[in-house]
Amino acid sequence: MENGVSGQGRTNIKSISNRLTLADRFGHFLARLGYKRMGHRVEPGLYSLGKPDSDSPVFVTANYTLSFDALRSALTMDCYILALDTKGVNVWCAAGKGTFGTEEIVNRVESTNLGQIVGVRKLILPQLGAPGVAAHMVKKLCRFKVEYGPVYAADIPEYMKERKATPEMRRVRFTLWDRITLVPLELVHVIIPTLAVACLLYILAGPLAASSAIVASFAGAVVFPILLPWIPGHDFSVKGLILGGVAAVPFAVISLSGAGGTTGYGSLGRALCYLAGMPPVTAFLALNFTGSTTFTSPSQVKMEILNYIPAMAWMFGVALVMAAALSMASYF
Amino acid sequence: MTVTQNVNTLCYEPGLCINCEMCIIVCPHAVFAPDGKVVRVANGESCMECGACQVNCPVAAIKVDSGVGCAYALMWSAIRGGGPAVCGPGEGSCC
Repeated sequence: MENGVSGQGRTNIKSISNRLTLADRFGHFLARLGYKRMGHRVEPGLYSLGKPDSDSPVFVTANYTLSFDALRSALTMDCYILALDTKGVNVWCAAGKGTFGTEEIVNRVESTNLGQIVGVRKLILPQLGAPGVAAHMVKKLCRFKVEYGPVYAADIPEYMKERKATPEMRRVRFTLWDRITLVPLELVHVIIPTLAVACLLYILAGPLAASSAIVASFAGAVVFPILLPWIPGHDFSVKGLILGGVAAVPFAVISLSGAGGTTGYGSLGRALCYLAGMPPVTAFLALNFTGSTTFTSPSQVKMEILNYIPAMAWMFGVALVMAAALSMASYF
Repeated sequence: MTVTQNVNTLCYEPGLCINCEMCIIVCPHAVFAPDGKVVRVANGESCMECGACQVNCPVAAIKVDSGVGCAYALMWSAIRGGGPAVCGPGEGSCC
């Protein structure tokens, strides 16, 4: 800990390292799993890395550990970090909500006496903070110039050489690895309802029906994010229906082969149940993945909800009615 | 003349542009590009309506209905009768 003494008062500047410990990494792992989702926070305020002086740059970030740690582990120079109170939400989402915003920056600059600590009145913000921050308003309200750095903290050392981001540094990506890191949380969201439905189906209709629930939901929560760019179609719902359809084929084939214990119309009906019932489940989960991507617009999501949710509901409803009719018929 | 898009709500008024290029800097999908005296929309269909350009345009030459892109949040807001879609502490999967 070190204390920066300034003209009007003492600012508590916490000293931190750019090295991530094993405990930090374990915390990231828990965050990725969604464990204590809103609890991965650092204290908002001013931090020092290395031995910064009044000429050192100031980087602004969110008080979410994944954001804060991505920044500090990428920094190789003596500098300050100003952590805003975003309630433990990452930079981009917090900017969308306005908590990573103009007002919070201005207040935080004042409460930390930043103007007395640094001589250069400049703040380097992550580019993805921009939806919440009006750079010209920050300048007007607290006379600090906002400079938008690159999208990814890893590009900061390169950026700092000429204080210029290449067009490539300004683009957000959505790589295979990015998508894989989202899978655990998707899985955590669906696992309990899926197992509950599977248990119910096991009692009502047997092991094949139970596993169809698990497969449809696994396809939407795990396979879909990973295969996203390679599944045909543009709309997420269409991609989901295709993936769910593919997942339903083996169930239809098994039913038709008579392995479900029925023959003739009974097995055909069961096959149709899988083909109608599984794709909408996968597609619904696929549609909900839009919010996790880095490129879908609210307009597209609204269009998809309007255009595809009724179709998904109909398909699923038909499957339910057919399944109910089949199970009743089996009693006669 | 106002530049609009079919697939999103991005709306740009080149007549107001002062060529500060803030929109080019903040856009994560390279929607805007330099073009002499004013900025032009180079890649309008890639806009994800994050709102960064609108907020950072000092002369209000850009308008976009920005908002939450989470389907759950949008469906809930529709079910509750059209209030603003919010995701955040305690709910939602987007953040």
